[in-house]
Amino acid sequence: MTEYFWLIPLIPGASTFILAVFGRWLPKKYVSWQACLSVFASFLMAVASFLGLLKVSPENLPIVKSLFSWIVSGVFSTNLSFQLDPLSMIMALVVTGVGFLIHVYSVGYMARDKGYTRYFTYLNLFTFAMLILVMASNIVLMFVGWEGVGLCSYLLIGFWFEKNSAANAGKKAFIINRIGDAAFILGVFFLLVNIGSGEFKAINAAIGGGSVTQGLATLMALLLFVGAIGKSAQIPLYVWLPDAMEGPTPVSALIHAATMVTAGVYMVSRFNLLFTLSGVAAQVVAVVGALTAIYAATMALTQNDIKRVLAYSTISQIGYMFIGCGVGAYAAGMFHLYTHAFFKSLLFLAAGSVMHALSGELDMRKMGGLRKYLPLTYPTFLIGAIAIAGVPFLSGFFSKDAILTHAFVQRQYFVWALGIMGAVLTAFYMFRLIFLTFFGEERLDSHAKQHLHESPRVMTVPLVLLAFFSIVAGYVGLPVVFGEKANLFTRFLEPVIKPGHKAQLTVSMEWLLILISVAVALCGIYIAYIFYLKSPRTPHVLVSRFPKIYKLLYNKYYVDEIYNAIFVNSAIKGSEVVYDNFDLKVIDGTINGTAAATGFTGQLLSFLQSGLVKDYALVLLLGVVIFLGYLLL
Amino acid sequence: MIPLSYFFGLSIILFVLGIVAFFIKRDLITMFMAVEIMLNAANLAFITLAKAANSLHGQVIVLFVITVAAAEAAVGLAIILLVFRQKKSIKAEDMRLMNG
Repeated sequence: MTEYFWLIPLIPGASTFILAVFGRWLPKKYVSWQACLSVFASFLMAVASFLGLLKVSPENLPIVKSLFSWIVSGVFSTNLSFQLDPLSMIMALVVTGVGFLIHVYSVGYMARDKGYTRYFTYLNLFTFAMLILVMASNIVLMFVGWEGVGLCSYLLIGFWFEKNSAANAGKKAFIINRIGDAAFILGVFFLLVNIGSGEFKAINAAIGGGSVTQGLATLMALLLFVGAIGKSAQIPLYVWLPDAMEGPTPVSALIHAATMVTAGVYMVSRFNLLFTLSGVAAQVVAVVGALTAIYAATMALTQNDIKRVLAYSTISQIGYMFIGCGVGAYAAGMFHLYTHAFFKSLLFLAAGSVMHALSGELDMRKMGGLRKYLPLTYPTFLIGAIAIAGVPFLSGFFSKDAILTHAFVQRQYFVWALGIMGAVLTAFYMFRLIFLTFFGEERLDSHAKQHLHESPRVMTVPLVLLAFFSIVAGYVGLPVVFGEKANLFTRFLEPVIKPGHKAQLTVSMEWLLILISVAVALCGIYIAYIFYLKSPRTPHVLVSRFPKIYKLLYNKYYVDEIYNAIFVNSAIKGSEVVYDNFDLKVIDGTINGTAAATGFTGQLLSFLQSGLVKDYALVLLLGVVIFLGYLLL
Repeated sequence: MIPLSYFFGLSIILFVLGIVAFFIKRDLITMFMAVEIMLNAANLAFITLAKAANSLHGQVIVLFVITVAAAEAAVGLAIILLVFRQKKSIKAEDMRLMNG
């Protein structure tokens, strides 16, 4: 089946086409079946390809399938071609697998929405675009997918476009992504000009062959990374992601877990040779990742909107993935991406289930004690929270520990320390969320309480499956202390990601690092327990003692306000000036002037139109006379 | 044998008469007749040349002109009739709806 791997992106693509063209005449039931089954078919295809890929020897990788010659322009030419190697395989499995569960969940979640068909069309398109992104064999096609997911995020975040806030959030996501993409496309141009081909194979060969200087590599890598900053919501372009909550909850799960934000991490891993060659760029990636990891975590501490907490936690977790990439542990970064996909989609879908149960309530201050009303949502949510907090034996622990250990091994102590601090905060805010939502006194309003109910099975079954994977997914990447061969994940990725320096740590040091990771996770949970269960007064005392810090965090460091004041308002002001002077005066002036001139000329010449037959005949006669005179004389 | 110039002379006289009549007469029917006279002046010139050059072309054109003139007369007279019903007048000056 492996040779048919190029069908993986094309199946959801075909489904999108059918839904987009014929969707309005199709019954709802058919739409749900087609949308889900197309992603499932592509998942099965991905699994089959995976099994085949295991048997392919590394020197035959990547498998490239060229469909046709796409752009031919002078010496430059690009094929529409897909490639399969361990990196794109993992991404394809995550995108289709998690994407499928989100599709199924959406059937229940969106059941009564009037834009049902439109929703599934976009959802399929999103999957399609992301699969194009991860399976493209050249950077030009990758860019198509890159822009495709940007477009889909806009469509889905602004899905309820009648709501002003949703429409604005969609625009915000789109525009901020444009900033990153502008740098990204510059990076693409530099690559194309300097290497002469967009094929990843050729790029890697050129870098490996030493034909790219370090300075050039730094330039290209940094430009590409700016694109990743936009797409993966890192400092300073992260502001669109928290607002993306305006979309339907399954969309948030899709954006945060399987598609879109992981694209940046995938791209950096794809160009790992470039970033490693540059060195500086890799360091920038690590520092940006570490700063984002802790910065976003602090903002998550004070939010009361259940989805916003999760949004900031996504930004923070993506920061960890970039730490992994930045310190040269691309495999660890990808590993965290893969485990994160499960527990983050689980958390979002469970949060959606809570919202569903509470008739759309998002504010954690109006929840509490939900544990006995939501017998399936509660344990799955808890598993997701434990996994993301980094408690041992669940998937998040293995991946986060791998990243932090590598940061330590590479002597990036600053990055490592930020990561550890971020881990404490992660455990704290996740359990704050759990305690506020599911424990303690019930603070529901009476209306919500009447309708309190567990979600239908079509929504809970994906939750259970994702919870299962959140537990077991980590066991494919055991830490080095269990032996060099224990990390199946890294070994699988080896054909794409060359292992860097071998870990030079003693076994006891390894265990110490693991112990530290465990300790910080438990410590964070314990603090949350004290704050929100044992003595619920503590947060209030802290708030009244440090009101400035609280306000700063609660208002998200006023970044939105600063951006508004500096960029948005100046853009609006500038546009107004242009509108007043150029639009109204030059453009409208030209058009109105043309009309006025025409009217004036017409008025002048209207005396010729006397309406009298004889006048016209006279003109005719004169014409004939002049014509004859000209001919004869 | 009558010289050709006589025929052309007659043709020119008729044509000029038609033009003059068209411009000095005011009612539509007379103006219409003036146009017919001009057409027939042209016909005379054509037939003369056809006879002189011993060619059928001129005669064919004359036949066309007569046909077109007949059709035109039918349509033109009908229009004049309708105009009269509307305006109770067939003076050319009374019809200047297209005055700009």
